[in-house]
Amino acid sequence: MNRRENLKLLFTGSLATGLLLTQCNPADKVEDYSPRISGGTPGGRTAEEIQRDQQLLSETFFTEEERKKLDVLVDIILPAGDDSESATEAGVPDFIEFMMKDQPSFQTPMRGGLMWLDNYSDDTYGKKFLNLSEKERMEVIDLIAWPDKAPKALGGAVRFFNTLRNLTCTGYFTSEIGFKYIGYKGNTPNVWDGVPDEVMKKHGFEYPAEYMARYLKPEERGIVAVWDDEGNLIG
Amino acid sequence: MSFEIKSTGEVYDVIIVGSGAGGGMASKILSEAGLAVAVLEAGRDFDPAKEEDRTQLRPPWESPRRGAGTRIRPFGDFDQAIGGWDIEGEPYTRGEGTSFDWFRSRMVGGRTNHWGRISLRFGPNDFKRKSIDGMGDDWPIGYEDLKSYYDKVDKLIGVFGSKEGIYNEPDGFFLPPLKPRLHELYAMKGAKKANVPIIPSRLSMLTRPINNERGVCFFCNQCNRACQAYADFSSGTVLIKPAMAKGKVDLYTHAMVRAVTTDDSGNATGVSYINTVDMKEYKLRSRVVVLGASACESARIMMNSKSKSHPNGVGNSSGMVGRYLHDSTGADRMGILPDLVDRDRYNEDGVGGMHVYTPWWLDNKNLDFARGYHIEYWGGMAMPSYGTGFAMDTMRKYLKDEFGNPSPNGGYGEGLKKDIKRLYGTTLGMSGRGESIPQYSNYCEIDNNVVDKYGIPVLKFHYKWTDQEIKQAKHMQDTFEEILTDAGAILLGNKPGPDTMYGLAAPGRIIHEVGTTRMGNNPNTSVLNSNCQAHDCKNLFVVDAGPFVSQADKNPTWTIMALAWRTSDYIVSELKKKNI
Repeated sequence: MNRRENLKLLFTGSLATGLLLTQCNPADKVEDYSPRISGGTPGGRTAEEIQRDQQLLSETFFTEEERKKLDVLVDIILPAGDDSESATEAGVPDFIEFMMKDQPSFQTPMRGGLMWLDNYSDDTYGKKFLNLSEKERMEVIDLIAWPDKAPKALGGAVRFFNTLRNLTCTGYFTSEIGFKYIGYKGNTPNVWDGVPDEVMKKHGFEYPAEYMARYLKPEERGIVAVWDDEGNLIG
Repeated sequence: MSFEIKSTGEVYDVIIVGSGAGGGMASKILSEAGLAVAVLEAGRDFDPAKEEDRTQLRPPWESPRRGAGTRIRPFGDFDQAIGGWDIEGEPYTRGEGTSFDWFRSRMVGGRTNHWGRISLRFGPNDFKRKSIDGMGDDWPIGYEDLKSYYDKVDKLIGVFGSKEGIYNEPDGFFLPPLKPRLHELYAMKGAKKANVPIIPSRLSMLTRPINNERGVCFFCNQCNRACQAYADFSSGTVLIKPAMAKGKVDLYTHAMVRAVTTDDSGNATGVSYINTVDMKEYKLRSRVVVLGASACESARIMMNSKSKSHPNGVGNSSGMVGRYLHDSTGADRMGILPDLVDRDRYNEDGVGGMHVYTPWWLDNKNLDFARGYHIEYWGGMAMPSYGTGFAMDTMRKYLKDEFGNPSPNGGYGEGLKKDIKRLYGTTLGMSGRGESIPQYSNYCEIDNNVVDKYGIPVLKFHYKWTDQEIKQAKHMQDTFEEILTDAGAILLGNKPGPDTMYGLAAPGRIIHEVGTTRMGNNPNTSVLNSNCQAHDCKNLFVVDAGPFVSQADKNPTWTIMALAWRTSDYIVSELKKKNI
């Protein structure tokens, strides 16, 4: 079998086989797998999972005021750059909104942290956080954004900002925009034939000679394996 | 197909409870012998080749939680093991001061849909540990009894690896192994310096085809999501569905087995199960009953199968059902490789698992613990998922600017974004998976005070690690530190110490639980004979990891399947001889 035939097997043969082997089962028909509103995770969901995703997506945790603050904060954490978009452009606030409901232990520290920003701003500047000037805002952020230098008394606020930073960064780098920015190349059909030569050289590595004859050769990847009685591959 | 008709009329030759590795293998071998087989699965149907079941090749943004774990999918939202350690409506309890976490999958193929595909044979020593160190018990069979079955499993299912000629790591019929990834080359460098062997891994993904029915691996790195090309081993796609296509195999999904039914002479007559959709009870009849529900679930079914002829539960006249429960040990450590900061980008996926591993390499006679462990390696440029970009409040300091000044921890702004990009793909992690000593005092029993939502009495677990496992974990941590340091890594976090039992995972967390229906020649100290047949019920067999006398430092799946094949051959032969 050549490579083209093998790829055909990969993408049509096996899928067709999958369909042929599929046996209809009456019990499965009882469950309705169709999403009611879009946005739930696809792929082999149970009825309970679908229902839970829909429920969470239909609820709103952040108030309008909190959401405005969140939008400002995530773009302070990950702003647009010369070669990249901002956290809000990457849809980070919607992701954080969902996580508040998906993992409710986030709720109180997050709500409390957003409140703390207003309390502190009010005490210090006589204004709520969103009404501060750019310079004042960054003075508040700088107090809590650097955990190794932050005043011990502000531990709770530092932890809030750590959590917000975690969620913002992970939301960003798991978005299409984040994939592009980080330069992720994987998760597409290909053949693994080792680390590229120039990278091997850069890091001073060579593949062990005693294994070179045994490693998978891409050009043989379509040939059905045959062994002798000793377990040596002979075809 | 209708449950009502089945439940009132037809008698099967064999009922198999469970569709995982053991149940899947039994369904294939028994149906190929011409027997009429019913497979009962507590969960739903699943086929990764069906678009509605596919999570493979989906980016994180297709999940509103970006792939974060949930109660029902603790390994992530795209992982294909529906169930987890904490299933709604299916509780279990624990004895005071003990711990055990029980992982179950409720779907066709069971846990084989997501497992790591580490496919290691037990070696000759692994069957005879008591003869070597005086602890636990020997198996009533040896490697020579299973060798031909391991060979057949290799050829039927496909496993890549390299022939190494290591006595207790027997070679098999291997497909070509894969070149190591960059972080694995660093691990090899570290291991070499530390004088620890590191060889190509042995995993059941098809690096080359073994027939024209399954596709070959296309290297997406997502085997835990189950493969739409059937290029990795899952019991549903590789055993159950082909058996259904070729032979007389009826698959009952949503069928939660409550008990094995028996007649006055004590023989099994079939099973009683709850249909989890209509919540009604049904009975199915058969000549032979095969339990492959997982070590603890099969033990639970047996203990719940009480009758006049089996007052302690079927197969339990010795009182040994549930005893000698044991899991693999596990501990982990990770570091970051400064040499990989700002690394070049390329597709580094490979298969969904490590390309190299370390088999147990020392002689326990010279150590203060009795049994060994293997080491798994992980890291590199995996697909960003929930968790990527976390911990910049502690990890950013490992980055240095062009003048060699470290970045401050935490922060915000374009510099933070750049630092996460620079750190991407720099991790190197190690996991030890070791052999524990089976104990009579580590067990599960029926908790008479609690039932699940199907009205079935639940399991109560009693499990404590001994000094043997704790000392082994300490050795793991020392080894991890040495190899990571020799590889040039900066170790993250503090080295786990005695306060955490050296990071030893709680029993059940490695999901290799075995031993609850162990085999043996003495009916007073074992549940099954050496053919996995119940001592006190000759037409009842167990094909999961319950029969294991001891769980080696290898993953149990390959041995489950070799044993299930051997047991199935025995069932066919005994039926032919009219012995059962």
